[in-house]
Amino acid sequence: MRFARVLITILVVILVLAGGGLLLAWKPAIAPIARPDPARFDAALVKRGAQLAAAGDCIACHTTPGGKVFAGGLAVPTPFGTIYSTNITPDEETGIGRWSEAAFIRALRSGVDREGHQLYPAFPYDHFTLVTDDDDRALYAYLMTRQPVRAEAKANDLVFPLGFRPLVAGWKLLYFRQGPFQPDPSKDAAWNRGAYLAEGLAHCGACHTPRNALGAEDRDHPFAGGESEGWVAYAIDGKSPAPLPWDEAALAFYLRHGWHLAHGVARGPMAEVTGNLDGVPDSDIAGIAHYIADRMGPPSPARQARGAGVKAAIVAAGDAGPEQNQAVPAAATEDRGAALYGASCASCHDSRRPLPFGGMNFQLSTAVNAPDPQNIVNVMMYGLPPADGEASAVMPAFGGTLDDDDMVAVLDYLRRTFSTQPAWSGLKKLVADTRSGAHPVTVRPTEGIERSPAHIGAED
Amino acid sequence: MSIHLKVNGRDHAIDSDPDTPLLYVLRGDLALNGAKFGCGLGQCGACTVMVDGKAALSCVTPILAVEGRAITTVEGLGTAENPGPMQRGFIEMQAAQCGYCIAGMMMRGQALLQENPKADDRAIREALQFNLCRCGTHMRILQAIHRAGELMQQAGAAPSNPGAG
Repeated sequence: MRFARVLITILVVILVLAGGGLLLAWKPAIAPIARPDPARFDAALVKRGAQLAAAGDCIACHTTPGGKVFAGGLAVPTPFGTIYSTNITPDEETGIGRWSEAAFIRALRSGVDREGHQLYPAFPYDHFTLVTDDDDRALYAYLMTRQPVRAEAKANDLVFPLGFRPLVAGWKLLYFRQGPFQPDPSKDAAWNRGAYLAEGLAHCGACHTPRNALGAEDRDHPFAGGESEGWVAYAIDGKSPAPLPWDEAALAFYLRHGWHLAHGVARGPMAEVTGNLDGVPDSDIAGIAHYIADRMGPPSPARQARGAGVKAAIVAAGDAGPEQNQAVPAAATEDRGAALYGASCASCHDSRRPLPFGGMNFQLSTAVNAPDPQNIVNVMMYGLPPADGEASAVMPAFGGTLDDDDMVAVLDYLRRTFSTQPAWSGLKKLVADTRSGAHPVTVRPTEGIERSPAHIGAED
Repeated sequence: MSIHLKVNGRDHAIDSDPDTPLLYVLRGDLALNGAKFGCGLGQCGACTVMVDGKAALSCVTPILAVEGRAITTVEGLGTAENPGPMQRGFIEMQAAQCGYCIAGMMMRGQALLQENPKADDRAIREALQFNLCRCGTHMRILQAIHRAGELMQQAGAAPSNPGAG
């Protein structure tokens, strides 16, 4: 009897919890509409929406490379399985053609689709919730005036039981704070504009903030560095590993052009980000740079001293003349890494031809000086493919030429020659996993280095 | 100290510094002049050869990195009298103008088709991203590689890479 009573109590508790959870997870559907006539939308609103979509990098996830724009279907790998991005063209059957403005705003603000289903936070509504209704309306106008494309995304492939969407409501209870953005009255307009964009639509933290075991951003360590598509997203707080500390002007230049003389070329997912930022006005770029520079804070005296040392070493090498700089160390024949570097890397990387077309001086390289060597492994293995139809930085792939041992030898050489940081460990496995695909890496072209006239609204 | 290279199925002992670029050895020591010196920076693709079936830029590849591995140059794809399918594709489509880039184009195409015999236009364009042509015969180069793919498919069981041992 007693056993039965305990069992019943447990069952009741489970039922109440499950019922409460479902109630929490339940959101009503918003009635479908007929696809709005594109001519109905104000051209200025559409144009502003285009700029916002560029700032939000929407196209990066909602388009498969070479596929139709915004038609979705991109496989987004997560620690919990693969999520396929949705079609956000105004197609009525497979896209968002039947979504009203209210349904669109609800999706961005609270992560629920038109039919009331919970959305997975791979769609970064933890950031998009900060976007104002006004800006959501502009985004809606822009997307609803795109070409409708009939394209059904593949079903998600998630670990059990995450295929059950109501569970997302529990995740939200733990980690989701609904917006919109509240400006900080103690800061100036540029800072607030930058914070609104960087924390909201531009969702910088989605890659640059570490995530916990449940995939939520670690709020205690914002911008402390994360990961994206097999690439390290470096720390952009006070712990930035850049040998020469970033400042506001350098950040603005980098975000505007996709490269910076002292910091290198955007690559991997960041090349898409800076490519899309072509469509964003200078004032918004300046705001983001202002905000991020403030979040980084002034570099510590130790970092300043290190940066000054790097600068002095480069100037001294320059004074010695290029032929000195090009010389391969005499010990090259004994040191395999040095010999490989001399033959495969030095012709560009010691040429002193400036970025973006010359090779990066590795003393300035964040990748060579960072705690995790993944990005430099990715670039050696797969190279930097050129942008399509535009001048861009480029690097050939050495995956076919250098075997794992040789790559490790070059990495060791780079680290001990161009960095004062301790040697990397576990290189052999890292290189092997990158080559085999055990560590999957998305390889994307570098960004064209001109501001593309093809993008809408690049001018202020 | 000599380094052993296996080029187009033949073994060679090379007396050069281990960091000598493979291209210099191919042209200077072995008189295999198919691979060309273009930029010397690995940016134009004129020096492309194959190492273990994968395209490699021989101007930025030191010989110590390819010791004992199967190196194939355009001379390994066939002869003037008996051209291989890749070479026949380029002849049929008359894909060369000045011809300086063509050996590299053929090697890049060969590496692609050996890995993916049914490579489509997009795959070919992607593979050729690192090979530049300044005369502007790109469209014919694309057709030539498509044609080479057809010829390889027709040849069926015939070895696609007679040179590599």
